[in-house]
Amino acid sequence: MTDMSFTPTTQPGDWASDQEVRWCPGCGDYSILTALRMLMPSLGTEPRNTVFVSGIGCAARFPYYMNTYGIHGIHGRAPAIATGLAMARPDLDVWVIGGDGDMLSIGGNHLIHALRRNVKIKLLLFNNQIYGLTKGQFSPTSEIGKVTKSSPMGSLDAPFNPLAVALGAEASFVARTHDMDRQHMMDTFRRAHAHDGAAFVEVFQNCNVFNDGAFEGVTKKQNRDANLIPLRDGEPIRFGADGEFGVIDEAGCARVVHTADVSDDELLIHDESKHDPSTAFMLARLARGPFEPTPIGVFRAVRRSEYAMATTRQLAAAQQKQGAADIAQMLRSRGTWFV
Amino acid sequence: MTDTASRELPLQEIDEVIIRFAGDSGDGMQLTGDQFTSISAALGNDLSTLPEFPAEIRAPQGTLAGVSAFQVRISDFDITTPGDAPTVLVAMNPAALKAQLHNLAQGGALIVNTDAFNERNLEKAGYASNPLDDGTLDDYRTYPVPMSQITRDAVAEHGVKPRDAERSKNFFALGLISWMYTRPVEPTLEFINTKFRGRTQVIDANTSAFKAGYNFGETAEIFEAHYEVKPAPLAPGEYTNVNGNTALAWGCIVAGQLARLPVFLGSYPITPASDILHEMSMKKNFGVRTFQAEDEIAAAASAVGAAFGGALAFTSTSGPGLALKGETLSLAVSLELPLVVLDIQRGGPSTGLPTKPEQADLMMAMYGRHSESPLPVVAPRSPADCFDVAIEACRIALKYRTPVIVLSDGYLANSSEPWLLPDVDSLPDIGVEFATGFNGTNEDGDGIFLPYLRDPETLARPWAIPGTPDLMHRVGGIEKEDGTGNISYEPENHQLMVDLRQAKVDGVDVPDAEVAGDVDADLALLGWGSTWGAIDAAAGRLREAGFEVAHVHLRHLHPLPANLGDVLGRYRAVVCPEMNKGQLCDIVRAKYLIDVEHIGKIDGVPFTTGEVTDAVRKRLEALSSA
Repeated sequence: MTDMSFTPTTQPGDWASDQEVRWCPGCGDYSILTALRMLMPSLGTEPRNTVFVSGIGCAARFPYYMNTYGIHGIHGRAPAIATGLAMARPDLDVWVIGGDGDMLSIGGNHLIHALRRNVKIKLLLFNNQIYGLTKGQFSPTSEIGKVTKSSPMGSLDAPFNPLAVALGAEASFVARTHDMDRQHMMDTFRRAHAHDGAAFVEVFQNCNVFNDGAFEGVTKKQNRDANLIPLRDGEPIRFGADGEFGVIDEAGCARVVHTADVSDDELLIHDESKHDPSTAFMLARLARGPFEPTPIGVFRAVRRSEYAMATTRQLAAAQQKQGAADIAQMLRSRGTWFV
Repeated sequence: MTDTASRELPLQEIDEVIIRFAGDSGDGMQLTGDQFTSISAALGNDLSTLPEFPAEIRAPQGTLAGVSAFQVRISDFDITTPGDAPTVLVAMNPAALKAQLHNLAQGGALIVNTDAFNERNLEKAGYASNPLDDGTLDDYRTYPVPMSQITRDAVAEHGVKPRDAERSKNFFALGLISWMYTRPVEPTLEFINTKFRGRTQVIDANTSAFKAGYNFGETAEIFEAHYEVKPAPLAPGEYTNVNGNTALAWGCIVAGQLARLPVFLGSYPITPASDILHEMSMKKNFGVRTFQAEDEIAAAASAVGAAFGGALAFTSTSGPGLALKGETLSLAVSLELPLVVLDIQRGGPSTGLPTKPEQADLMMAMYGRHSESPLPVVAPRSPADCFDVAIEACRIALKYRTPVIVLSDGYLANSSEPWLLPDVDSLPDIGVEFATGFNGTNEDGDGIFLPYLRDPETLARPWAIPGTPDLMHRVGGIEKEDGTGNISYEPENHQLMVDLRQAKVDGVDVPDAEVAGDVDADLALLGWGSTWGAIDAAAGRLREAGFEVAHVHLRHLHPLPANLGDVLGRYRAVVCPEMNKGQLCDIVRAKYLIDVEHIGKIDGVPFTTGEVTDAVRKRLEALSSA
């Protein structure tokens, strides 16, 4: 995937801050951090033009560990902070890092509005299906019946499907990756970075302290063949060690089939640039949870007007129409008289 | 306007008049009042306005809830308030009469649209009998005018649909009042042509109705005289008529120019602050980026993001929104970024009285954030003062890298006054420098950037914006180590940082408090914000009555002027009128142990001069007999 004509001006080490990383040993966040630090030199950008913005939670400590500009904000508000920053400074690369509680619970409103506006920010949702920093309560992505400190008899809350939420909010770029596959993370983040608009990436991330193994059913090496469905644009959706499984569209629902049971042209051809999001939505809802075949990769990547640049164009149009800034003229715009 | 005047009426010169136009919210009373104000401004009168409208966009027609009013006071002398009681009330229907009659001065002139006083409207207004002929109006000079009928007749020739014909009756009323106070007709005819450009029938109908009103005054033999209010001796110069929200918006935009920074406004629509968002959204040619956020919190958060990026960032709101922004403002306090919050106070708690003013957000502005989260607070005292206060708030925010709250209110927001335009070149330069290089060294002697290394004088930290080479750094809400800004949970460091944040705000350069009026009086009036006009006018009346009073009016509420304790300590009595339950009183008492006496009013209506005068006179009389 690396563009061979491009000579990086930085090394992964240049992107690491001098701060000690303080996630629990074994946390999935480490591998995501490594993937991003390794990816950055190849993106053609520099630390000084990059800002990481976060809210509150374990994932939200991320900015402290990158040698870039960064804001560790308040719970849930990172997409809103990042929106203001990206509007004021369309020249910057703005990344938002948050967990499932941060982005889907307290900050759910900001997430959906950032996505619908399509402001150029890259939102990485580290989904571990649990509240980690507050020590183990169920989260908006926890499965029903989850027994935690705050749900001793099992949680009653139906979980969000993050990708379905993003697609419902008209996100122009929606993808999923997981913390056990560095290359897949790097490929996915690279695509998100290249997207001219809001890019939403769900990262299956293991919390080894409060929700260990939540994604093992799909991310563990021996389960990947059977339960990870890699999406490749323009190709029939197949998976399994020998491509023995596939996905078909059965009356508007995605369904897993044995490829032997269907003809090739019945398999769903993945089309990430399809403007209608219903196929992407169907794929997002294929698995009921991370224990059965689950698609990963880019679900949707469509072109839509980018918000910060659209704002800039309005400023230019206003200058054209109303003329350059003129204080004296503005103060007289409601009519004046002389005494 | 008629070719031959049918009769000669005496022209009486008067020094002022207070007119209140009242009608249904769909009757166009705001527009009528605005236009009368514009003509009077152009004639050189001093003036002050007080619009009053219901919270509902269109409450049921003809009901008390739907009454919309506009009070304008014009004078040939310097005034600071829209006046206590109107001397002229124009009532377009029974509901307007019922809702507003109590305001009218004894013996005042009452011009009523008799056509609207039918059984149905009387019932809707809650009148058991018709007030036009049951003696209710005996204490007033009542002029019954069949406005609807004359308007219908006047517009008939333009082919206006019958149900639309009456819509021009506000222009009839404007014409009549224009005649009564000898206002020129041309500006209004021009206004009609501009306002309704492209809608010929509407222009024709409104023009005819306006002329009919003017001619009615002249020809109907019901008025004894008409009046003239001469220009006021205002300082020479160029004036415009400005309301508080417009002046505030312009101040913010101009501050961006004075600081050479792009302006960003994150806002969520809320009464009575929305006009700031509207005005700034229309000034994109100034490079102003406005963002209508998904909620109040996002509005503030986006401004924090923009400020980090190097913009002069604002968020505008009213009380309920300020409550929601609290946590974000404490983040801004911790990040030490410049940010200006415009709070246009309204009646509360909760939704309260969205269209009515109150000054009850002072404590929230001061203390309404968790933990120790100090920030400067400033307040304008008049509509035009909003312009200067906006620039002052930006100056403080930029110089000290701090969020600043501006406390305006619904009264200042919508009322207007003549404003002597400032000399643009004399406005202050409030620009600050971004950090561009290292400001420290590590143990190896290499240059490093310390984002929390403070200016020794202002205690402001450096503002290094993304894109600057080598100065990459992280800021966050977790307590930061002094200097490096790295996360620190050390007890001594937290104490130090709390103390530094407080010291920085305490050290904001605030001009000394000045005493207006009788410096050596026994009693000082203390005020802040929009009560200035009423307090100033009351002090004037008391002086005319032979009393001595001093007046101290605060623009800076946090920190308070350094000399305030000494100044107030000189008086035997300090009296503070506030539209709240005594919030500034409590602050001053706590800080200076001065027994400030509270005069409160929380009914959604600004203090009248008379209310302040009466309350203070009682206190003065008690003092002199003590």
